[in-house]
Amino acid sequence: MSDESPIDVFLGGGDPAASAGHEQHPPRLGFFTDTSICIGCKACEVACKEWNGVPEDGLNWTGFSHDNSERLSGDTWRHVAFIEQRAPLGGHQPNFQRDGDDGDFRWLMASDVCKHCTHAACLDVCPTGAIFRSEFGTVVIQADVCNGCGYCVPACPYGVLDRRPDDGRVFKCTLCYDRLEVGQEPACAKACPTDSIQFGELDTLRARAGERVQELQEAGVVQARLYGHDPDDGVGGDGAFFLLLDEPEVYGLPPDPVVTTRDLGRMWRQVGIAAGALLAAGVAASLGGDR
Amino acid sequence: MPKLPRPSDWPALRQLRGDDRLARGAAAMSPHTRTLRARTADADRVVKSVCPYCAVGCAQNVYVDNDKVVQIEGDPDAPHSRGRLCPKGSATLQLTTGSSREQHVLYRKPYGTEWERLDLETAMDMVADRVVAARRSGWEWERDGARTRRCMSIAALGGATLDNEENYLIKKLFTALGVIQIENQARVCHSSTVVGLGTSFGRGASSTLPGDLQHSDLIVLEGSNMAEAHPVAFQWVVEAKARGATVVHVDPHYSRTSALADVFVPIRTGTDIAFLGGIINHVISGEHDFREYVLNYTNASTIIGEEFGEAGVDGLFSGFDAETGAYDPASWQYEGAFVAAASGQRDQEGELSGRVPPLADDGHDPSRPPRLDPTLQHPRCVWQILKRHYSSYTPEMVERVCGIPQDLFATICDLFVANSGRERTTSFVHGVGWTQHTIGSQYIRCASILQLLLGNMGRPGGGVMAMRGHASIQGSSDIPTLFDTLPGYIPMPHAHAHQDLEAFLAGDAPKGGFWGNMRDYMVSLLKAWWGAAAVADNEFCFDYLPRLTGNHSTYDTVMAQIAGTVEGYFLFGQNPAVGSANSRMQRLGMSKLDWLVVRDFSLIESATWWQDGPEIESGEMRTDELKTEVFFFPAAAHTEKGGTFTNTQRMVQWHHKAVEPAADQRSDLWFTYHLGRRIRERLQGSSDEADRPVLDLTWHYPTEGAHDEPSADCVLAEIGGFDADGELLSAYTQLRDDGSTACGCWIYCGAYAGGVNQTARRKPKEEQNWTGSDWAWAWPANRRILYNRASADPEGRPWSQRKALVWWDARQGRWTGHDTPDFEADKPPGYRAPAGATGPAAIAGTDPFIMQADGRGWLFAPAGVADGPLPTHYEPQDSPVTNLLHRRQRNPARQTYTHENNRYHPDPGGPGSEVFPYAVTTYRLTEHFTAGGMSRWTPYLSELQPEFFCEVSPELARERALQAGGWATLVSARGAVEARVLVTDRMTPLRVDGHTLHTIGMPYHWGPNGYARGDSMNELSAMALDPSSHIQEVKALTVDIRPGRRPRGPERLALVHEYCRRAGITETTGMQR
Repeated sequence: MSDESPIDVFLGGGDPAASAGHEQHPPRLGFFTDTSICIGCKACEVACKEWNGVPEDGLNWTGFSHDNSERLSGDTWRHVAFIEQRAPLGGHQPNFQRDGDDGDFRWLMASDVCKHCTHAACLDVCPTGAIFRSEFGTVVIQADVCNGCGYCVPACPYGVLDRRPDDGRVFKCTLCYDRLEVGQEPACAKACPTDSIQFGELDTLRARAGERVQELQEAGVVQARLYGHDPDDGVGGDGAFFLLLDEPEVYGLPPDPVVTTRDLGRMWRQVGIAAGALLAAGVAASLGGDR
Repeated sequence: MPKLPRPSDWPALRQLRGDDRLARGAAAMSPHTRTLRARTADADRVVKSVCPYCAVGCAQNVYVDNDKVVQIEGDPDAPHSRGRLCPKGSATLQLTTGSSREQHVLYRKPYGTEWERLDLETAMDMVADRVVAARRSGWEWERDGARTRRCMSIAALGGATLDNEENYLIKKLFTALGVIQIENQARVCHSSTVVGLGTSFGRGASSTLPGDLQHSDLIVLEGSNMAEAHPVAFQWVVEAKARGATVVHVDPHYSRTSALADVFVPIRTGTDIAFLGGIINHVISGEHDFREYVLNYTNASTIIGEEFGEAGVDGLFSGFDAETGAYDPASWQYEGAFVAAASGQRDQEGELSGRVPPLADDGHDPSRPPRLDPTLQHPRCVWQILKRHYSSYTPEMVERVCGIPQDLFATICDLFVANSGRERTTSFVHGVGWTQHTIGSQYIRCASILQLLLGNMGRPGGGVMAMRGHASIQGSSDIPTLFDTLPGYIPMPHAHAHQDLEAFLAGDAPKGGFWGNMRDYMVSLLKAWWGAAAVADNEFCFDYLPRLTGNHSTYDTVMAQIAGTVEGYFLFGQNPAVGSANSRMQRLGMSKLDWLVVRDFSLIESATWWQDGPEIESGEMRTDELKTEVFFFPAAAHTEKGGTFTNTQRMVQWHHKAVEPAADQRSDLWFTYHLGRRIRERLQGSSDEADRPVLDLTWHYPTEGAHDEPSADCVLAEIGGFDADGELLSAYTQLRDDGSTACGCWIYCGAYAGGVNQTARRKPKEEQNWTGSDWAWAWPANRRILYNRASADPEGRPWSQRKALVWWDARQGRWTGHDTPDFEADKPPGYRAPAGATGPAAIAGTDPFIMQADGRGWLFAPAGVADGPLPTHYEPQDSPVTNLLHRRQRNPARQTYTHENNRYHPDPGGPGSEVFPYAVTTYRLTEHFTAGGMSRWTPYLSELQPEFFCEVSPELARERALQAGGWATLVSARGAVEARVLVTDRMTPLRVDGHTLHTIGMPYHWGPNGYARGDSMNELSAMALDPSSHIQEVKALTVDIRPGRRPRGPERLALVHEYCRRAGITETTGMQR
């Protein structure tokens, strides 16, 4: 993303806050969620709802492990996923005595959230300016501007966004924008009992995450990897990235997310070329006619 | 008319004029966005508080704006919680300010079908009238020739969620009224811990703090689901892991705790003594013990009297009376000595054996140490007895009994051995998975023995971390709304012939150690309660205390209610219809009451059973035929009152009042104080001797505010104690037995040291070491790790630098270190007790267990534990497996109850045993809290776990045709419930003695009321108790499970009866000793 062509500027390349007109902005802030120490307690879900006044979205027992929140939505801005698998996890020994089984088992738990992408498709497509890039590099929806058109909903490559059913507008994680402004950390990061959700300057978090992944791999957790940390990925890297213990698909995350507006520039260029060619052909035809 | 934005505000213009040409950031921000302010920044004030949920006691900051609480979140300054909160703590704002809290007093008249509104003051007057009347009609001066001076017609339950000051006033007032049937959640939760740890080490509370787990090399979580029940404390386990510790989780159920453990050990529920006993056997036979520690700090070398009969293959110790079903522990005593226990069963010897215990001048010289054999060869020394006792607990037996394969067992044994000794320490973390058994006290004893053998007690990263459950359940044990103790674990006196203060002290107080000063503590307590009326001539009003004549636990009280002898009952923030064993019996008991007072946030099941309980649904009871008068008083939240909570690490934290309670909501302090005031007014001028304790009671606390709220500060000051000049005391060593000091709870003496409320101290974690000793105050005397003298060798040097905690500084002539020494600061290691020394003077410079009569950790408990001096494996009351280790199937001394609604299941392998073939274990989910009163009405928590479900393995689901996501009905001899079916690999079948055993997991939070509703698991459980702690067995039982929803109406009970008939259950089933 080193070209600063107008299209790249349009797509918010490089320093997202600066590209969004924030002069002298603070360092970019974000989340590093180390799922290897998540205990699946859902303090993050509750702390988020408490702080942001997000309504409870119904009693719905799913029978799907301990996940009754199911997915991120307008009413669930933090969602803890639970994955039970008959698969090994580093040195973890469950010692189950199952007939005809080598006894591997692991229970993966992870708190999902809006990724606050560097290249945020929701921001790109929002027609009202409700979605904006903050001075902290985060992506925030202004509820007083949003008209509920829903364009952002299919734009998100992670499926984070959805309308609130009885309201119509789209809501999502704000990375506690109001708290950041007064120097407080987001509610979920503050509450997290094991510090699985870590908040801070993105550069610092990325460095720490790199060390943690290495530490885990050396301890035998060979499947540990980072997700969303890479500025060269399809969304330019996430402001909220993760340490996962398996493939992203296992967690319900897209393996290779791409900002859905990535090809817009190229598409419009081709449209322009086609239009130009059509125009040229039309002119040629009309000039060459009537002989 | 809304203000129109100025043109300079228009986004389009800002877009054109500023740097944000595409309006993707700065130009797109609305005025609302640009003026956004976090409400935490603009609040009028921030009030320091403590989470009201579990016993981790996370510090909370309460933000108040315009006299309303607008936010509650963690306090980052706190050393123990570091600003974090679990989902429940995070929901505190909704809990305290949400719409589910009742605002007004509600009243149900006898035979009434609906609630009515009732004026608060009128309701208080009516309750006071009823107390006075019930007291008169239920008064008893004596029983069987012994003075009892009590009222058996009133009982109270609760509360571990109350402040210490509230529990103090409840115990004080009710005891003065002669009421002895006072209980709270501590009974049903960690009472076994009090017995087990107290008899082993001298104090029945957690020996360490969660923050110390970061120093452990091995953490064994057993009988605990720490990550779910205590998430914020679990951060210290994660810290330990980051430092290279190994974490083992032993449990019948793979939980979120297991997911983060290095090793999970699936164990059959109810068999931990076999498992731990096997490890003890391994340590002893392989000589892996920390020998120098064992010889110097435990009673391993003590010789036991020759009358002692070992349990052997039969599983019965000497002294058992088959008729009473109880042991006389006299034959378990040390040879030539009589030592009393520091905890557990006391003051009962006289009753059991018919004789008064020997006094000091009876030839038993307390300063003469018991006979010892330091070579550990004498056949009757504790070491040899211990060795023989556990010799049958082999790895083969552990595999057969517990279902733990031998190679896995060997791995665990090796881990214990490798992580104990001078350089490394191991800690146990336990919860109610260990305590809630008919042999629960012995579970704790077993872990205690192992920790003593390995030398882990009193050492950093060692100890036994008892994780208690409620915000102040440690406090409600210390300052007890419990029947069998007075504040500070002084035993309640039993009714004996010629009982007086001297006889009481002689029978109850260990002669050596700090219990040797029980007289100081007792007299100071009596002075606190009866003030000027308590003088030397009347033994400081000792006679005012009502007496016990046996067990008066909550379950005994329920039986008394059913028998019709209890007229009135108070529930202070406790919900026995869901949280106590045998829900049906709880409701039946309440249906026999004349009146019931419920204090809570919402209409819990224990308040509405008369209107919509299962017996109404089935038609067995009709609302208009139930005479119980019911008063519901809405309670104030912790944000609406000041007071202290004592958390699981004995830390007493003051929480400040943030706002006034609304409408009729009042604190339990207000309720108890004004109830007492009214009762005293009604008894004013009475010439009845029975009323003297009430009228002489010190009951004048200053009140403040529009509601006349009594000062919790003053109550705490009374608890901490003051001298004759009114000066606040700083240490319990200042207490005197001459009436010059008054102290409501001797172990809390020091809470107001120097006139400063030590519990309100809040020095941030960055400014102190890891013990956090300058944050709040811990009992005793702000010592954070108990028995820490044991972290140094007999000469006073740390066993290793790596594990240094406290040590003797010879130059200064004092003990010093990272923690406050749990030892007399200036007693040198070389001190030996002179002949005739008693009390603390009898404790040598090498005796770390200063509350014990002999200063030693007890491997063998000669007193205090009702079912034996050594833990022995017995099967649970309802078990699908025969006891393979001993002939006695069940604990011979367990407490059982005969009642048609409390039937037990048949013996395994016998006729009818196939009717309830599956084991059940119960547990908590992190999203809910205990019996649900604080989570099932809270939407943010309810939506996380909305329904009652059971967890079954795929194998069991196939066997019983259970549909994943469908319904199942579970049946026991006591009841039938329905639950959603969660099929999960986390439940696996076990191989137990060659057979496959299935276990069903059941979280127990649900009841039919509230927002998240479901059946109560305790419809299935029976009342069968541990004889020392009187705790119920709900961690191991048996059931049948079948697909589909349960029957409604009368068919529900018919199903239960059908099962009982098929199983051939009678009133004697399962009752054999």
